[in-house]
Amino acid sequence: MGFKRKDLLGIRDLEVAEIEYILNLSRSFKEINERSIKKVPTLRGKTIVHLFYEPSTRTRTSFDIAAKRLSADTYSITASTSSIVKGETVLDTLKNLDAMRPDVFVIRHSASGAPHMLAAHTTASVINAGDGMHEHPSQALLDMLTILDKKKRLDGLNVVIVGDIFHSRVARSNIWGLKKMGSKVVVCGPATLIPPNIEEMGAEVSYRLEQCIPDADVIMVLRLQKERQQQMMLPSMREYSTWYGINAERLKMAKKDVLIMHPGPMNRGVEISPEVADGPHSVILDQVTNGVAVRMALLFLLAQR
Amino acid sequence: MEAKSNPANLILRNGRVIDPAQGLDAVMDVLIENGTIAEISANIELGSSRLPQFEQIDTNGKWIVPGLIDMHVHLREPGEEYKETIASGTLAAAAGGFTSVACMPNTRPVNDCAAVTQYILEKARDEGSCRVFPVGAISKGLEGKNLSEYGELRTAGVVAVSDDGRPVMSSLLMRRALDYAKTFELLVISHCEDLDLCCAGLMNEGPVSTRLGLRGIPKAAEEIMVARDMLLAELTGARLHLAHISTAGSVALIREAKRRGVPVTAETAPHYFTLDDELISTFNTVYKVNPPLRRPGDVEAVKAGLADGTIDVIASDHAPHSAVEKDLEFEYAANGMIGLESSLPLILGLVRNGILSPMEAVAKVSCNPSRILAIPLGSLRRGMPADLTLIDTEVKYTIDVHRFKSKSRNCPFAGMEVQGKAVMTLMGGRIVYTG
Repeated sequence: MGFKRKDLLGIRDLEVAEIEYILNLSRSFKEINERSIKKVPTLRGKTIVHLFYEPSTRTRTSFDIAAKRLSADTYSITASTSSIVKGETVLDTLKNLDAMRPDVFVIRHSASGAPHMLAAHTTASVINAGDGMHEHPSQALLDMLTILDKKKRLDGLNVVIVGDIFHSRVARSNIWGLKKMGSKVVVCGPATLIPPNIEEMGAEVSYRLEQCIPDADVIMVLRLQKERQQQMMLPSMREYSTWYGINAERLKMAKKDVLIMHPGPMNRGVEISPEVADGPHSVILDQVTNGVAVRMALLFLLAQR
Repeated sequence: MEAKSNPANLILRNGRVIDPAQGLDAVMDVLIENGTIAEISANIELGSSRLPQFEQIDTNGKWIVPGLIDMHVHLREPGEEYKETIASGTLAAAAGGFTSVACMPNTRPVNDCAAVTQYILEKARDEGSCRVFPVGAISKGLEGKNLSEYGELRTAGVVAVSDDGRPVMSSLLMRRALDYAKTFELLVISHCEDLDLCCAGLMNEGPVSTRLGLRGIPKAAEEIMVARDMLLAELTGARLHLAHISTAGSVALIREAKRRGVPVTAETAPHYFTLDDELISTFNTVYKVNPPLRRPGDVEAVKAGLADGTIDVIASDHAPHSAVEKDLEFEYAANGMIGLESSLPLILGLVRNGILSPMEAVAKVSCNPSRILAIPLGSLRRGMPADLTLIDTEVKYTIDVHRFKSKSRNCPFAGMEVQGKAVMTLMGGRIVYTG
């Protein structure tokens, strides 16, 4: 089976075979990134628009590099804030850009579901590069690729996602993807940061990091934003760090070959200590490297459609 | 449509007359003369001299019911005439079988003074296709700070006060409103929502909100205020009506309070007994409404509340919005759905599904709201104004929003296969709609 969709909006929609297909294709693109001349003509003449309604360094650069290494022409539109403030609706912006006949839109938006709405109004492909608290499919794919590189399997692995699950699209996409691929997923954090009924997505819930760490094959650490204090979700960064921060002391309980992952950007000293972020278990920069390959695969599949 | 026609002298033959106020459900004729119900009985005989003065309509067993009353609509005029006007909204009402609506005060300007109330009533008189009963604001400007002038509002013609669209967050202000409303025999209609607990929520909190990454509104945000306001009604002895009840917990609280004798009544809307939050899975903003669509279990509990009388009234909460407010990201789209032209078939669905008897169903949109609003309508007693709806309960069709009289199209029931519709609506003996 190949990949015949117009859009990539979320991992929840994907079949296992589609995920495997994307991951296999990503592996073949990894090699291009190691060449001295990192460019192939595959998408020459294709136009890719990056439409970012939310700040992003890593994801936007990663998509841009991926597109350019495939010889596509890319354009970036960054809106600092919502369409409401800007005065033109996001739908009008999309329709105007669509009239210029791009092949792919890569869309990030702070509102959950925005790429879904836009995808229905364009014949171009839409890749969701992160929507609100909903999904971030390319991140989950690159995370799965990174785990596969190191562990050679996803089936039967214990993956613990630690931190602000409530606000995390990365957590949601990874829960869908990892569950489909046969992993066990535990989400761990204070109850204020665990969304209700998350069990119905297939994740187990734990409030105690020390109970999760010993069995973990992979620990995904999520960014904790300082606003959570104002929202009465946490008493202090200090208390969060004490109970849920991943540090060298905590990792003593972990398996010898545990992988430490982080989607970035990190708050060093809050959710992850520097010695862990830079330590031997960390595959955080491998994630970033794999991100380019995964996005090349996605752009290839959708732009070639 | 003959909105401004003179009252017709009519005799409706062989209708199934359902008038809960009189406990009547029988095949009868209805004689309408000079805008009032002149006679209602089986086989009305008119002498050869009088007969030519009347237009005879054989209804072939269609339902003849008191003109339906929707006690919760937003007509948007003054201020947002691009969404709806008093003319278009009341025409939509008539097309949906309604002869009376109570319109909420969250217009621009807010209906918190006699001038706005009078404006609405004059517009309704000049351009309306049904009766309009304005609801005034509980607080000036709906700001939740100071009481509006209920004496002046009452004199100008409001039938109730409400800050609908917003809750009264201050318990003290709500207590004062209930007490002060007693002075002028005004009903207080509460929009029950704890805004702090809603915390910028966009849909019901639960598995769907978690899956979609949309901030949730917990059911407790409604139930806390339902409980608070019923306690305050008990404290003050004032008449309280709870708008758009949506959760199983609210239904249970109201049931218990009524048992205790609290002077409370409650309403729900067709979307709360028909739709649930799973529909939001595609981020379609037509399903964004406040209170939000709840879980399937809540839908069942609302139906049970209707069946046992805990919920007295069905009202549409008709809330027109244009594409400007709805063709946006889910987060930024406005709350609200239109309902005047889809209510009746959904209510009739409750009858077909055995949840309500025909008598109970009609009561929820006629004598119950008229009793709660203390307006002398909602029955077909002899001498009453001839407000009457003729319903074909058999006709099957697809809801087509493009044929709606409303100016807006934000109807979640578009495309739904339904059964039953109003085929003639009479207001004071005038035919305001035939279809």
